[in-house]
Amino acid sequence: MRTLILPLTLLSLACSFSAVTMAAEHEVGQKDKQFTKKSISVKVGDKVNFVNNDEIFHNVFSLSDAKLFDLGSYPKGDSRSVTFDQKGVVEVECAIHPDMKMTVNVE
Amino acid sequence: MKKLNHKRAMLLTALSFVVLFCTGLKTAKLDEVVYMPGHPSLQQWLLPDVPPQPEDNRLNDDRIALGKALFFDPRLSQKGNMSCATCHNPSLGWSDGLPTSVGHDGKPLGRASPTVINTAFNSIQMWDGRKKTLEDQAIGPMESGDEMATDIEKMFSFLRSSKGYQAMFEKAYPGEEIGRSTLTRAIASFERTVISNQSPFDRWVKGDKQAMSAAAINGFKLFMDRDKGNCAACHSGANFTDNGFHNLGLASFADNEPDLGRFSERPLRLMKGAFKTPTLRDVSRTAPYFHDGSAPDLAAVVDHYALGGVVTSNLSPNMKALTLSAQEKADIVTFMEALTSPMPAISMPELPQ
Ligand code: HEC
Ligand code: HEC
Ligand SMILES: [Cu+2]
Repeated sequence: MRTLILPLTLLSLACSFSAVTMAAEHEVGQKDKQFTKKSISVKVGDKVNFVNNDEIFHNVFSLSDAKLFDLGSYPKGDSRSVTFDQKGVVEVECAIHPDMKMTVNVE
Repeated sequence: MKKLNHKRAMLLTALSFVVLFCTGLKTAKLDEVVYMPGHPSLQQWLLPDVPPQPEDNRLNDDRIALGKALFFDPRLSQKGNMSCATCHNPSLGWSDGLPTSVGHDGKPLGRASPTVINTAFNSIQMWDGRKKTLEDQAIGPMESGDEMATDIEKMFSFLRSSKGYQAMFEKAYPGEEIGRSTLTRAIASFERTVISNQSPFDRWVKGDKQAMSAAAINGFKLFMDRDKGNCAACHSGANFTDNGFHNLGLASFADNEPDLGRFSERPLRLMKGAFKTPTLRDVSRTAPYFHDGSAPDLAAVVDHYALGGVVTSNLSPNMKALTLSAQEKADIVTFMEALTSPMPAISMPELPQ
């Protein structure tokens, strides 16, 4: 039992460490034609990385006032990011698959 | 030192376990489909008999009967000569058999009439997705000057003065007035009964070994295979659609003023010339194909995909040229034909006076 404690502590330390140092970067995946998160909250200036984990191409865009962007379309394994520089609610969609929707709350 | 090594080894083991676990999951997903009649992995293709309905419009017989009468009633059009069924004719797979529809006063319309079959399962309606639900869609054709060109106020006075319709509306939506809301909900209710889920493919999925020929089963495999047909990249799920929008590189996209499709709703470059993926259920009944009616039959459709599109200036990234033998193409067509349910008996409603 004791032997397991150290690796587990190390693992959790590593996780929290990266969470602290990269607080300004968030990740949202695209899997099974859904965003992996329905909504996230970020701070002004934070960056969100959108990663495609599906076999098909996806897109990421928003026409919201708080952030207008179009990341184009990209295949599995690729990711593209957006920096949210203004407060507000940003509705993010995949133009190819309108059922793929999520919100970024920029605080 | 020795102890530390031991702990390092433990950590490595723990980590590799995590990695193994993740890759294990991934392989399981990729090999998901087992092409054996009745196999559990195939059950995701079964469609329910009763589709989802909105909270405020639960299906019942009175609503369906009213919706059916409205769907077949030409008196809802300006000239009294055109009903929903003119362009969504049950005898022609709930479409009209034309490359693109013909509207009010013989006016040619820009797009093909899509089938009504299984629209109840769509999460978005129309070639460009400009309507969300069947309720949203149902009064559109009457309001459109190009389609039924109905004088809406006149139509409602007619419905309100008809003894037969009064009684039917009252039964279907007790206490509610004859108006937009009740009319559109009734039509949508009827459309939710137009379901195809009894095809040879469905019987095979349920375990009937005889239901599909070897050619059709092979066609299904090719349809699914990313390196062969690649069709399921878009025609996914039990209704064979991703409810998504793609530019297939049809020849008409090179027209002087091409139909920009989804771009009118979502002004992004990617959406120029993109149209909604249609269901493939009962597709053998609805030739010609594509939003512009440019493919005369299913073989022509498959040839288009094999080519990887004709006009590739804004081609969907999910399209690619295919390597398919003549036999493989034929098998994909045979598979699509196996998605046809027996034509249900449909009686013409007696229209209320
Ligand atoms: C003149 C021919 C015509 C008439 C009449 C007509 N439609 Fe259509 N229908 C079409 C065409 C063409 C489209 C596709 C238009 C588009 O996407 O821009 C369509 C689209 C639809 C769709 C969307 C299907 C899908 O898969 O997205 C539904 C549902 C529908 N019609 C139902 C009706 C109903 C209900 C009526 C009667 C109130 C009706 N239609 C009358 C031609 C017609
Ligand atoms: C990139 C996504 C995509 C791929 C891959 C794809 N389809 Fe389609 N399919 C669509 C879209 C979108 C349409 C309607 C396009 C239009 O009319 O502009 C369509 C239309 C069709 C139609 C005509 C249906 C009708 O009612 O008019 C058939 C049949 C069809 N596809 C079969 C297939 C087959 C078979 C394959 C594989 C060989 C395939 N599709 C691959 C997206 C796709
Ligand atoms: Cu997508």
